[in-house]
Amino acid sequence: MPIPHRRTAIRAAAAVIAAGLLAGGLAACSTSGNGSASAASIPAAGTDDGSKLTLWTRAPLEKQAKLLVAEYNKTHKNQVELTVVPNDDYVAKVGAAAGSGGLPDLFAADIVYVPNWVKQGLFTDISKQVDGLSYKDQINKGHLKAGTLDGKEHVLPFVLDLSMLFWNKELFKEAGLDPEKAPSTLAEFAADAKKVQALNKPDTYGTATGLNCGGCLVFTWFPSIWASGDQVMNSAGTESQLNGKNAQEVYKIWADLQKSGTILPSSTDEAGPTWTAAFSEGKVGTMLFPATLLSSLSFDAGVAGIPGVDGGASTFVGGDGIGVSKDSKKAAQAWNFLNWMMSEDAQVGVLAKDNDAVSRADLANNQYAAKDPRLVTINQVAAKGETPLSLNFQQAFNAPGSPWLTLVRNQVLKGTDSVEADNKQITSVLGQ
Amino acid sequence: MALTLPAPRRSRGRRYGGPVQGWLYAAPTAIFVACLFVVPLVLVLQMSASDWPLLGGNHGLNLPTNFTAAVAHRLFWDSVRFTLLYTVLTTVILIGLGLGLALLVQESTRWKGFLRTAFLIPSALGLASASLLFYVLYSPIAGPFAGLMKSWGITFLGTPEGALWSTIFLIVWRYAGFYMLLMLVGLQGIPDDVYEAARIDGSSTWQTFKHITVPLLRPTFALTTIMCVTGSLLAFEQFYILTKGGPDNSTMTVVQLIYNVAFQGQNSLGIAGALSVIVLLALIVVNVFQLRMFRNTDES
Repeated sequence: MPIPHRRTAIRAAAAVIAAGLLAGGLAACSTSGNGSASAASIPAAGTDDGSKLTLWTRAPLEKQAKLLVAEYNKTHKNQVELTVVPNDDYVAKVGAAAGSGGLPDLFAADIVYVPNWVKQGLFTDISKQVDGLSYKDQINKGHLKAGTLDGKEHVLPFVLDLSMLFWNKELFKEAGLDPEKAPSTLAEFAADAKKVQALNKPDTYGTATGLNCGGCLVFTWFPSIWASGDQVMNSAGTESQLNGKNAQEVYKIWADLQKSGTILPSSTDEAGPTWTAAFSEGKVGTMLFPATLLSSLSFDAGVAGIPGVDGGASTFVGGDGIGVSKDSKKAAQAWNFLNWMMSEDAQVGVLAKDNDAVSRADLANNQYAAKDPRLVTINQVAAKGETPLSLNFQQAFNAPGSPWLTLVRNQVLKGTDSVEADNKQITSVLGQ
Repeated sequence: MALTLPAPRRSRGRRYGGPVQGWLYAAPTAIFVACLFVVPLVLVLQMSASDWPLLGGNHGLNLPTNFTAAVAHRLFWDSVRFTLLYTVLTTVILIGLGLGLALLVQESTRWKGFLRTAFLIPSALGLASASLLFYVLYSPIAGPFAGLMKSWGITFLGTPEGALWSTIFLIVWRYAGFYMLLMLVGLQGIPDDVYEAARIDGSSTWQTFKHITVPLLRPTFALTTIMCVTGSLLAFEQFYILTKGGPDNSTMTVVQLIYNVAFQGQNSLGIAGALSVIVLLALIVVNVFQLRMFRNTDES
């Protein structure tokens, strides 16, 4: 008697499980489709009708994001709710949300990830709106290009973060260096760092960096290679050229700094979270440093472009791009935020006022920059800077234990003769 | 789900009684198992057989590409080797220490309560919290040993060996009390008259330990070894927080590799799923082998 029942029950249970799986599978499929078709009907300035918008960004740009959002909320009916996610968790969080169709209306992305994310269809095509901006050709080219797929723009610059050469004027004076003169070559930078180190002040070091932080090294070392006239990748971003003569010269200079004990000891294992701390506390002579932190320094610091092996200057135009997500049902309201963000009110009235770089070239010489010549320097170098583009950038460079980290650590810490092999590893990841 | 299953059965239940009622009793468990175990398992199997980028969603089957890519990953064999090394070291240390501590607190009468509590307290802390605590203790900037590390010129997490042993120290601190407790339960399960008989036969302490305690503790050893081996093979939080697999990928465990492939760069749920399936199969094999081993020696 009980046996047939058990069978039907098993069958029923199996059916229920199968139905659940099917539903799950369907849900997964439906979210992979590309989002809102309504983007075409957005008015030029967007809609400001008192909607609630959500915005995600990562922690390093928290300060700028908060200022922008606060000012927008003050002057608009729409209200933006900002969520700041720790840097390391950001990709996982966006990935999970993208899979379940739960992305916020607006979200920012590290500009080096933008090409990949645009290709995966996470952002809505806003090319029609961007084309309608009278100052389109003044918007930072690197950021705009990163978010362009098949001629369609998806992303605008949210916050520009530039890597610059900073020096602590007080420590330079103590070391007998001219506090107003920037090192003009990378070798000069190293020599100045050694002089500060030679002061033998307790807890004070010549320079600092993040030798276990792929993102930090990309951000601060690539400009030296660019300023020397070389490239780091081919234009398609599929082949690494980090075995070039100038690149090897850069590794050599850093290896020498490490050997001579000029680099802050904790830099050896620094994975990112505290890589800027020692310089900010005034304990480091000179450092390749993010320009977004200029306004947070409490001491007098000099700022210049990052020099190459034989001079020149360049910078990594990093930071975050922002776009309307594929899941947003309020694209018109979200565009209203983006449109305002690119306006003079936001660029000069919020970002420049906070000593941040503006993302429009025509606003580079604004009233705030005029007061602080360092901002003029930053804005000028920004025009010479580059944003490297590759679909597999995160895996090749930023990820913990990336092949780029292996290359740098082999060169600087171990002094092995493995540039060619390590460079090949990067290429094989880039070309995947 | 919860509603569809029992509904048609209730009317029949009155007529047939017994078995249907049994199914009803089992239904909550069955539903939990289905939702929390079977569905995720099937999903992982599907992922492992599909081209499934984290940000792009499912692009359909591509068997066996993910498995070849997983095994060909440049860190795969390194992570397997490290995970096995870590498993052997922690298992030997934890079981040895657990047994030692259990014998200690069983013997000593005066400090028994204090010792048991002291050894057990770390187990009340979550592993992630404990890892964060040790992250600060080991920190060359903020930690209390920062000055010491500087004057001796060492870092806890800066070299491959240092990172491995620092993590093992954390795990031993966190789990020794727990394994002591398991051993203690085993020890107390050995009847006193066996020991009394041994004493009457003039057995020394060492002989008693070797010929009575250890053989009679075999079921406890089986339990603790399986728990410890499985737990260590799946090690993640401690390394994720303390070392992130560094320095130079020297402390990359297999589960960490899965996490990295899924969320830190490659962003391929397919390859991560394939790695998970490989780990699952390896765990099944290891556990079957262990159970066999303990059962066989039991019978002989």
